[in-house]
Amino acid sequence: MDKQHHKIEISTYIIVWLSLLAFTSITVTIAGISLGKYTLLIALSIAAIKSALVINIFMHIKFDEPIFKAFLALSGATLIIIFVLTFFDIIYR
Amino acid sequence: MNHDENVIAMTQHHAHVDKVGAKMGMWLFLFTEVLLFGGMFLVYAVYRYQYSEQFHIAAMELNTTIGTINTIILLTSSLTMALSIAYIERNKKSLSILFLSLTILLALIFLVNKYFEWSAKFEHGIYPRSEELLNRPSGQILFFGLYYVMTGLHGLHVVIGIIVLSFMLVFLLKNKITSENYNKLENSGLYWHLVDLIWIFLFPLFYLIQ
Repeated sequence: MDKQHHKIEISTYIIVWLSLLAFTSITVTIAGISLGKYTLLIALSIAAIKSALVINIFMHIKFDEPIFKAFLALSGATLIIIFVLTFFDIIYR
Repeated sequence: MNHDENVIAMTQHHAHVDKVGAKMGMWLFLFTEVLLFGGMFLVYAVYRYQYSEQFHIAAMELNTTIGTINTIILLTSSLTMALSIAYIERNKKSLSILFLSLTILLALIFLVNKYFEWSAKFEHGIYPRSEELLNRPSGQILFFGLYYVMTGLHGLHVVIGIIVLSFMLVFLLKNKITSENYNKLENSGLYWHLVDLIWIFLFPLFYLIQ
């Protein structure tokens, strides 16, 4: 087990942290510019990229057992289904 | 774990630890947390769709600067958490202790900021069921209601995180967490990163609506 255990380099963590800060400043800057209906879409996309970085590197998902990826996919899929079904109801009411 | 690995573990006088099982339990717990917050994000999404104008007006009153500072603090605390685990992995106990202490410190600073942010809102008479708030259109009441519940529940998670991480600090100092067995620290780290993840979404949804 330990031989396979993938150690992430310290420098990788620093780079991920710097990217997270960069994405934060981008999202704050973009929020100041009026982009109409795209504002929310862009903000959520950046949040999604940031969470992908945190989940993959900080939470080691990228290098861990596949079962944890399955858990994550399952909870993500559950959320998406709940959101889609609810909005079908709200929009076409 | 196969039989051979078990034998090796025993001959080395190490207590057998099921690392995958321990982590699996944590991920299952995080799954329930995602659904807990997911339900709240759903309520937010529906009301933002129905009252988008009022949500925009109400959100203008939130302090973007303090929100951004808290984002930077939480992201940095996630880094120090990851570094604490990385250093115990490399058998550098004192560095691990240093970065875990920094994580707890950053979490405390986050809460102090939250305190100032909330008390400023209270001073302006904006808090659940306040007269000032109840006289406003329902979209704004909903926005601030969700703001207090969601950032409040998140704040509660930060408080729990501080308590859990403080225990981990004691375990590290007492050598209960070592480079051989740091599952506890890893699992606490996962919890802490989840707190960060939730904030990554709370931040644009509450502070960055223009």
